[in-house]
Formats: sequence, C-alpha cells, structure tokens
Amino acid sequence: MAEVIRIVLSVVIVFTFVAVGVALFLVLMERKVSAWVQARIGPRHVGPYGALQTVADLLKLLQKEHILPAGADRLMFAAAPVVVAVAALLSYVVLPWGPGVIVRDLGVGVLYFTSVLSLEVVGILTAGWASNNKYALLGGLRSAAQMVSYELPLGFSILTVATITGTLSTVRMVEAQPYPWYTYPSVIVAGLVFLVAATAESNRIPFDLPEAESELVAGYFSEYSPLRFALFQLGEYGSLFATSALFVTLFLGGWRGPFELPLVGPVVDGIFWFLLKTYAVVFFFMWVRWTYPRFRIDQLLNVSWKLLLPVSLANLLLAGLLIAGSG
Amino acid sequence: MAEAVAFYGLTAVALGASLMVVLSRNMVHAAVSLIPVLLAIAGYYVLLGAEFLAAIQILIYAGAITVLILFVILLTEGATGLRVRPRNEQVPLGAITCLVLAALLIAVLTRTPWPQTRSSLPEYNPGAVGESFLTAYVLPFEAMSLLIVACLVGAIVVARREE
Repeated sequence: MAEVIRIVLSVVIVFTFVAVGVALFLVLMERKVSAWVQARIGPRHVGPYGALQTVADLLKLLQKEHILPAGADRLMFAAAPVVVAVAALLSYVVLPWGPGVIVRDLGVGVLYFTSVLSLEVVGILTAGWASNNKYALLGGLRSAAQMVSYELPLGFSILTVATITGTLSTVRMVEAQPYPWYTYPSVIVAGLVFLVAATAESNRIPFDLPEAESELVAGYFSEYSPLRFALFQLGEYGSLFATSALFVTLFLGGWRGPFELPLVGPVVDGIFWFLLKTYAVVFFFMWVRWTYPRFRIDQLLNVSWKLLLPVSLANLLLAGLLIAGSG
Repeated sequence: MAEAVAFYGLTAVALGASLMVVLSRNMVHAAVSLIPVLLAIAGYYVLLGAEFLAAIQILIYAGAITVLILFVILLTEGATGLRVRPRNEQVPLGAITCLVLAALLIAVLTRTPWPQTRSSLPEYNPGAVGESFLTAYVLPFEAMSLLIVACLVGAIVVARREE
C-alpha cells in the first residue's frame, strides 16, 4: 500500500513540476533568452517583468476551439501528442534530484532513460502521418530519420561514462564523480558528443529540421489545435529539461555543489545545485538555438553518421584503453 | 496479488493490440499497434526480474524497429498505407496453417518439463550478461557480431548500387 501511495505521489509531483517548473517556465525563459540574444526586451506586460505571460498564453490555449483536419486519422491524431508527452514524463523516473531524492533508482537507469525517450519519435511520426498534410508528414519523416541517427552517438557517449563508472544506475554515476583524472580525455569528448546529439534529439536549432518553418510550416504539429499543441510543447520542453538533467547527472556532478549551503540539510542542498546546473545547461541550449542558423537535412545526417558516430566509437575504445592502462 | 494484476493487465494489452495488428485493414495502424504489444512484453520481462532485457526490448523493438517499419510503409506506399491489401484469397489456407501451428506449439509447451526452481537472479543484471558474453558464449557472440557487420556492409552495397 505504501508503495502505491509513493507511486501516486511521485507521479503527481513529477507531473506538476514538469508542467509548471519546466513547460511553463521554459517557454518564458526561451522568450526572455531570445530577447536577450536579439537585444530586445521580451514579454513584460503580464505580471512582474512579464513572468505570467505563459500562464496567460496557456489560458488562451485552453479556451480555443479544437479542430480536426479533414481526412485526418481521428484516433492516431488524438493519441500522438499524448505519446510524446508521456514518453518525456517517463524519463523523469531515473533522474536523481538529490541524495535519495529519486522516483526509482533502477539498475538499468540510463538505458531506461534512452529507451523511453526513443518512444517519443513514435508519437512524432504518427502525428505527422495522422494529420493528412504533406508538410506534417515530411516533418514526421525527417524527425524519425534524425532521432534514430542521433540516438547512436548519444547512446555511445552514455556508454562511455557507463564503462568508466562500471554502472548504469544514475545514482551510482553521480556517486562515482569526480571521475579518475586519467579518464578525462574520454569524458570530455563524450560530454561534447552528448551535447550535440542531445540538441538534435530534442529537435532544436541548429537541428530543428522536423519543424523548419521556412520549408514545412511547422512540421509535424502544423495541423494541431491549441490543447494538443500544448501537449507537444510539454513533451518538447519536458525532454529538453530531462536531457539537460541527464547531462548534469553524467558530466557535471549531479546534485553535488562546489560548497554546501548553510542550514538547509543535504536534500535541499542537493536539489538546489541539481536544478541550478540543469537550468544552466538549458540556458546553454537556448543560447545555441538563438545564435546559430539551421542545418540542411543532408548535412545534419552527415554530421551524425560521418562525424559523431566514428568519434564516439573511437572514444569508447579510448575509455576502455585508459581504464585498462591504469591497471 | 499485485503481480497477478500486472500480469493480466499486460496480457490484455498484448492480446488486444496483437488482434489490432492482425485484423487492421490499414498497414500504418497495424504497425503502430505493434508498439503496445512490444511494450507489454517488456512488462513481462520486468515482472520476471529481467530489467536489462526489458530496457533493451523497448529501445530496440518499440523505439527503433517499429519506427523502421513505419518508415518503410510511409516511404513506399505513397505515405498512406491504404493501398496495400492486407488479406487475399488464401484466408482458409492461412487459418488452417495457423490452427495446426497453434496446436503444435500448445502441445509442445504443455508437455515440456520446465525447470521450476526458484533460483535467485544475479544482483546486477547487465554485468552478468556482459560477463557471460565474453566467457561462456564468446564464440556465438563473435559469430553474431560478424553476421551483423556482414549485414550492414551488404545493406550499404545494395543501397549504393545505382551509382
């Protein structure tokens, strides 16, 4: 019974955090960061410094009419945004927020993380197909090609860390940091590959070909009316935050900070540093998005197959050699 | 109790979705219905304590293979999946084959003396899997790797022939 209560509570807390702390807040943050990059001011009229702008936007989205395009596949059109959002939410199960603060410390943690995030592509592909719109379909197909290609370098960079730490559990990976000094060359390369691949996995500029608005209107969610569009946004920002959190977990020491906060105890201290680092990584992704132009689809796939994949494979070998060499 | 509830829930999902795969007249629906089946099987693996196998099942089958199947349908069938005829005149013949095969499988499965010992699994699943790959099963493992490399090279050769 206690287990059931624990599960229900975890679901409620994680979902509330993702909806409010991630989706609502990150949309606002994205607008503020883009304004900062482009020397504008950004939203400022609703609430103090425009802080309630996304809340107002959400209320507007909830009131709008729901439209089903002619010839759309009713069931799959409705199911696709739910699949995307649920896949993103599922990945939060293995994120270690602080010492002992985790929904479930699975023995196969990072493997579970990549596998549930890979389900997101199913939702995107069906959304594109069910819309009965050629731009949406092209967006969905591009997205599938892109996410399947970039899953490999992402997986290999995670595998490199797993080789070094000898575990797949996210908690034990945090506890294993700082990694031994002689593994640093390998860890740094893995971190860089992870950053690039994660940008592509979350469909963001310079890798946002699935929704390249100059060619494809809005890609796979062109036909979606407000509420379901909001679910796609929830999934997109949810997975952006989750991959950033995984980067923090694998490469930036997770919940450990440079110093301990006074008076608050280890749990609050851990959550504070974890959130601070994760939002910093999210900020980095936004900075990149508003600074660089978009790639072309063939360039994008070449980067994955001809650059990132060989580099990450060689890096995995290097990690093994470094560990074996150190005895 | 909880395990039984999970088992029957998963079985309901697996059977329902499997029927969708077989009976749907739309290829895309059939391909998408395959995903719940594979996820339910991953659920069985979790119930049996094989977390590693479950994660791999979701990653490779539900996340990659089905996407590949969808990709093939969308690229070859004018992106609709409606023009393919999922059934033809050979329905009676197929039904007979299925019934014979099912009877055979049930007969074999019910008569095999399955080991019923409750041996405990090793604490850390993936480690044990890797260990056995490189010790007891090193020869089959290397043979499989060779086969996969050959398939990859073959696929590239076939795909690039037109140039």
